[in-house]
Amino acid sequence: MSLENRISEIIVSRLNVKPEEVTESANLKDDLGADSLDMVDLMMDLEDTFDLKISDEEGNTLQTVGSVVSFLKTKGIEA
Amino acid sequence: MNLNATAVVTGAARGIGLEIAKKLISVGWTVAALDMLEDDLATAAEALGEMYKPYTVNITDSVQLKEVASAVAKELPVVKGIVNNAGITRDTLMMRMSEDQWNLVIDVNLTGAWKVTQAFMRSLIRAREGSIVSISSVVGLVGAAGQTNYAASKAGLIGMSKSLNRELAGRGITVNVVAPGFIETEMTENLPEEVRKDYLSRIPAARLGLPVEIAESVAFLMSPSAKYITGIVLPVDGGLTT
Repeated sequence: MSLENRISEIIVSRLNVKPEEVTESANLKDDLGADSLDMVDLMMDLEDTFDLKISDEEGNTLQTVGSVVSFLKTKGIEA
Repeated sequence: MNLNATAVVTGAARGIGLEIAKKLISVGWTVAALDMLEDDLATAAEALGEMYKPYTVNITDSVQLKEVASAVAKELPVVKGIVNNAGITRDTLMMRMSEDQWNLVIDVNLTGAWKVTQAFMRSLIRAREGSIVSISSVVGLVGAAGQTNYAASKAGLIGMSKSLNRELAGRGITVNVVAPGFIETEMTENLPEEVRKDYLSRIPAARLGLPVEIAESVAFLMSPSAKYITGIVLPVDGGLTT
């Protein structure tokens, strides 16, 4: 499964949204309805799934689905 | 009735914690009973049957707690309740209190509750429902000579719960505090007769409370009847603080 698909799956299950809503430009808060607790939950899920640490500062930069994908790629995660 | 949900209860091997475990089991909860007292846990498990699952753990030890949290997640129904009940006393007048006596009581009663809540709360957030109840004390509200450490830890639980309530209430999770007055337990059994008399003279109900009376309040706050009650401190004290 591609990195994009894995991330999309996590977002769909955590935020209870439809897969087609999870586009690259979709904003996690504004478009997908995540509140601050959802964001923390999502970050912890990404940490567990991809076995990495996301600092609060890094987490705050992750506004869109695309930014999550590119952030994980900068951490050396490809799939 | 089986709720198919787990309540984590700390200090559940005896005293008020054991009564809470019994009461929760009677209304359908599976109880993950956390305690350091392995023998008492085993005795309780034998008496209470398969809805009472004992886990020997020191709640001040984050590593042990993490292991227990993963074991509970694997072995029991989804966690939807947390009862922070474990507590200790190291009473002495502040002039005589050592830093160790202060630290130990804060570590177990307050930091322990924080660690346990953190270790299990994700499950409630995921479920978008659940209840967290912390057992404070009237001493946390009105103070008691010789208990600066205990009173601080019990008052701390109130601030922690009220803040956590603001984080979680939007998720259908209630966060409440029960503040017992003087209850018939081992903790109060060993009081000198004159202290006991003095307590009794201050309790409008003119008797000490029973552990089961605390358990009833906890079970109510964790029931569907109390879904809209959150962020409160419920004194169960025979009128002592009113």
